[in-house]
Amino acid sequence: MNTILVAVIALGVTALVLAGVLFVVSKQFAVEEDPRVGQVAEVLPQANCGGCGYPGCAGFADACVKAGSLDGLLCPVGGQAVMTKVADILGLSADAAEPKVAVVRCNGTCEHRPRTAVYDGAVSCKIAHATGCGETGCAFGCLGCGDCVAACKFDAIRMNPTTGLPEVDAEKCTACGACVKACPRMIIELRNKGKNGRRMVVLCVNKDKGAITRKACEVGCIGCGKCQKVCPFDAITIANNLAYIDYEKCKLCRKCEDECPQHSIVAVNFPPRKPKPAATEAPKTAPAAEAKSAAKAPETTETPSTQTAPSTPNTQKS
Amino acid sequence: MSPHVHSGDSVSKNMRWVIIAMLPAMLWSFYAFGMGAVIVTAVSVASCVFFEWAINKYILKNDKCTVCDLSAVVTGILLAFNLPSNLPLYIIIIGALFAIGVVKMTFGGLGCNLFNPALAARVFLLISFPVKMTVFPEVGQMTAYADAVTAATPMAAIKAQISTGTLADVSLLDLFLGNVGGSLGEVSALCLLLGLVILLVSRTITWHIPVSILVTVFALTGLLHIAYPVEVATPWHHLFGGGLMLGAIFMATDYVTSPMTPKGQLIYGFCIGFLTVAIRVFGAYPEGMSFAILIMNAFVPLINNACKPKRFAKEVKK
Amino acid sequence: MKTFRIGGVHPSENKLSAGKKIEPMALPKQAVFPLSQHIGAPAVPCVAKGDMVKVGTKIADAGGFVSAAIFSSVSGKVAKIDSVIDASGYRKPAIFIDVVGDEWEESIDRSEELVTKCDLKPEEIVAKIKDAGVVGMGGACFPTHVKLTPPPGSKAECVIINAVECEPYLTADHSLMLEKPEQILMGVSLLMKAVNVTVGYIAIENNKPDAIALMTEKAKNFPGIQVVPLKVKYPQGGEKQLIDAVISRQVPAPPAIPIAVGAVVQNVGTAYAVYEAVIKNKPLFERIVTVTGKSLANPSNFLTRMGTPMSQLIEAAGGMPEDTGKIIGGGPMMGKALLNAEVPICKGSSGVLLMSEKESLRGEEQNCTRCAKCVAACPMGLEPYLLAKLGEYADWERAEKEDIMTCIECGCCTFTCPSNRPLLDWVRLCKNTVGGIIRERNAKK
Repeated sequence: MNTILVAVIALGVTALVLAGVLFVVSKQFAVEEDPRVGQVAEVLPQANCGGCGYPGCAGFADACVKAGSLDGLLCPVGGQAVMTKVADILGLSADAAEPKVAVVRCNGTCEHRPRTAVYDGAVSCKIAHATGCGETGCAFGCLGCGDCVAACKFDAIRMNPTTGLPEVDAEKCTACGACVKACPRMIIELRNKGKNGRRMVVLCVNKDKGAITRKACEVGCIGCGKCQKVCPFDAITIANNLAYIDYEKCKLCRKCEDECPQHSIVAVNFPPRKPKPAATEAPKTAPAAEAKSAAKAPETTETPSTQTAPSTPNTQKS
Repeated sequence: MSPHVHSGDSVSKNMRWVIIAMLPAMLWSFYAFGMGAVIVTAVSVASCVFFEWAINKYILKNDKCTVCDLSAVVTGILLAFNLPSNLPLYIIIIGALFAIGVVKMTFGGLGCNLFNPALAARVFLLISFPVKMTVFPEVGQMTAYADAVTAATPMAAIKAQISTGTLADVSLLDLFLGNVGGSLGEVSALCLLLGLVILLVSRTITWHIPVSILVTVFALTGLLHIAYPVEVATPWHHLFGGGLMLGAIFMATDYVTSPMTPKGQLIYGFCIGFLTVAIRVFGAYPEGMSFAILIMNAFVPLINNACKPKRFAKEVKK
Repeated sequence: MKTFRIGGVHPSENKLSAGKKIEPMALPKQAVFPLSQHIGAPAVPCVAKGDMVKVGTKIADAGGFVSAAIFSSVSGKVAKIDSVIDASGYRKPAIFIDVVGDEWEESIDRSEELVTKCDLKPEEIVAKIKDAGVVGMGGACFPTHVKLTPPPGSKAECVIINAVECEPYLTADHSLMLEKPEQILMGVSLLMKAVNVTVGYIAIENNKPDAIALMTEKAKNFPGIQVVPLKVKYPQGGEKQLIDAVISRQVPAPPAIPIAVGAVVQNVGTAYAVYEAVIKNKPLFERIVTVTGKSLANPSNFLTRMGTPMSQLIEAAGGMPEDTGKIIGGGPMMGKALLNAEVPICKGSSGVLLMSEKESLRGEEQNCTRCAKCVAACPMGLEPYLLAKLGEYADWERAEKEDIMTCIECGCCTFTCPSNRPLLDWVRLCKNTVGGIIRERNAKK
């Protein structure tokens, strides 16, 4: 009995003393923090991806609270929904930001872009990039070593073994931009998701002159400027032998798609086009392209994609 | 990517040399312990290889065949070297499972393990089955296995010196040649030294680790013997007795679990020697090699961090 | 026998074309001159499309102090200034010249006569070397006149001539030494005069006993020049390793340069080019190129005009073997795999090596077993296994602390790795990234 009593008292006293120490320390060394930082951090996704440009979600929460307005602050992972919540907590208004998605701007699949050499170095795009043109004649296109895949924290980007190109899963992609940073050739770009995921993209970043580009890749942009002329909204610019569609200005009219002789411009997630009556200005390229897509169909249907869709109307639901 | 040529050296080549170097000791064990040794070695190697293959295939789902690099065979032989020749089969299999499954593959296979698999398994068995692991058959029973007559090992006799204060009657020549009881591979110092020569000549290992261990043990026990001539056996007994040779030549020199730089290797060797002597002379076990190596294995990352190779031009000699 | 102190490996030598006479290569139909054939700023074209040029006409001016002029190796008409895939694998601007006849500039002395007297002042020698567009012929192509202009406060004590040719397969320097020993020695004397020293060493590995004997014999007539035989070990031709081997001094880590220990290192080919530039007024437009490979019918050493496509050399050496898996510009340890055989010969092309698919294939990459063989092989005393891992995990700060910038990219680590790990690939990436970070940091200061 005595032993138990002694033990209980001894332990109790120890506990009391320690509790007292803890209490004093927690009061004495308490860090003054805006309580709203914690609240904001709570609604953030806690992926700590750094896509917002701050070191982790806690850093972003701190920045939101200190900034005083939410201009230019966006959690790409949580998107608008989360920003609205953050705005509610801070009593601010969040700008409606267009949701974005990563787009791989290269369509140099194995069949479009013939391999001219074999790369045997370490499996890393950054290292392969140093070999110049790499395995193909194109010094700008995808190297296929998968640095972007390794960089993605959301499992939204995968290599397609058939095409040798990475594909983005638009559902999973949070537009955090990790893949954009990972790609040594700056092929990946964050673009507006667009209505129903529809968008027009130049799937090429080759800045070589037309002749060289055409030799290296069947679907490389040669910078001919036809798309620029046909665009009614001035959304297309040509620089360094390369066309670029400004997604802010593009109204998805799809005129450029028909005009492009290289099929570098691709319409993503559009419903299949109705065959037009021959009377309208149906360009010669369209039927030819259609035939081509039919020939390629068996290969691409197995691996439905959102990004590297065939260069013709996309018939698959991804 | 340069360089475009390779030395032709490979992991399996190095492992093959280790196996060749272990052959003399293995053959001696067959001669000394007969059937028992053959059974133990065969079972140990077979089960190590099997576990490596099975874990790779069914748990890690790895396509690469890591059995071909022969490291599992080496682990199997080393494990057998550390066991008495009359050990029941199930214990050997448990040991192999522990070596490969727990110590090696859990960490990511060859190259990633922190501890020497065979040694860790030996210590695991020693603690789990203390009686079975410390009873060693006498030499020269060609056909006996489970029914082999057992006897005390020279190391136990040497250990007993400390308590009884009388000199153990152990012939140094028998120790050197291997006419004594003990686990399979440790008995013949001569065969093990032959293995060391093979390893050094084939440039599989460098001299730093084995030599530093042996010299340290010799020097320390020598000093202790001078101080306490009765309690502590002669340095020669310590050098040739027990698992010291086996450990110094085959266990401590394991690539994966030893330091990278010559300086680090010398420190590592010295510490192993020191710990071995400490355990042998002052500890409870007659044998200290395995513990010493395992303890130092844990320090290898630290040693690697502390001991950098001599950089070019760090000390400019004029 | 002397050699350098840390690390090193012994690749099989495979000097297939050793002892072969230097053969002159036929003129190409079209010669291509990339504008960046050297370290430093690219040259600036000084001819336009349609211009007629002669052999030895300057076609591009140096683009800065660390740069070198480029001279036409052929006579003919400038076809275009366009881009070409050069040895780096990138498309770079280049001058294309259609060959017509073989008319030389009058100023070039084409006689074979050996001249051993030179009354020029050091500055004049350096100026002539600069005007002839001479760069290091060992492969790095550092403009020679820059090396001969020591930064203020430093003083050269000796000239070391790099004739070790430690790369397997290559024999260009070897054949040059056998055929032009006096010209080389005169070139060395000129270099010594240019940096105002009286001591010159010619370092030759002892796998070339004939060259050592011949050069030692001829060197008796040239005061101050001494032939130093060295033990065979790769990468002895590395500037720092060579200095260590010859005069037992170690050049400190970058940004220090060899002059810090009083040494000026030049390749033996450069010495010959210097002789021709200074004595014969002949700018640098041709060089010895080794064309070799195990399956090649006739491995040879060719005296080749710059701008000749490699395919022509391969044709002359017996044609491209069927099992060719890799064309390498340079030696197998540090050379670069080329994208096609149309790459033109440049100032730094010491060799064309054809490797069979089997020979060039890398083994399957396995786990690192921490065997420490790369640590033992590294001639700079680095830990390649660690640097490669840091590169993989993008830990640039730690890599900088581990002295990654001192790596000379010799390839000993990858060569020696039993697990076939592409160590140098990662280390190179890591080094380039860390180098960029350091430059950025310095720019901010």
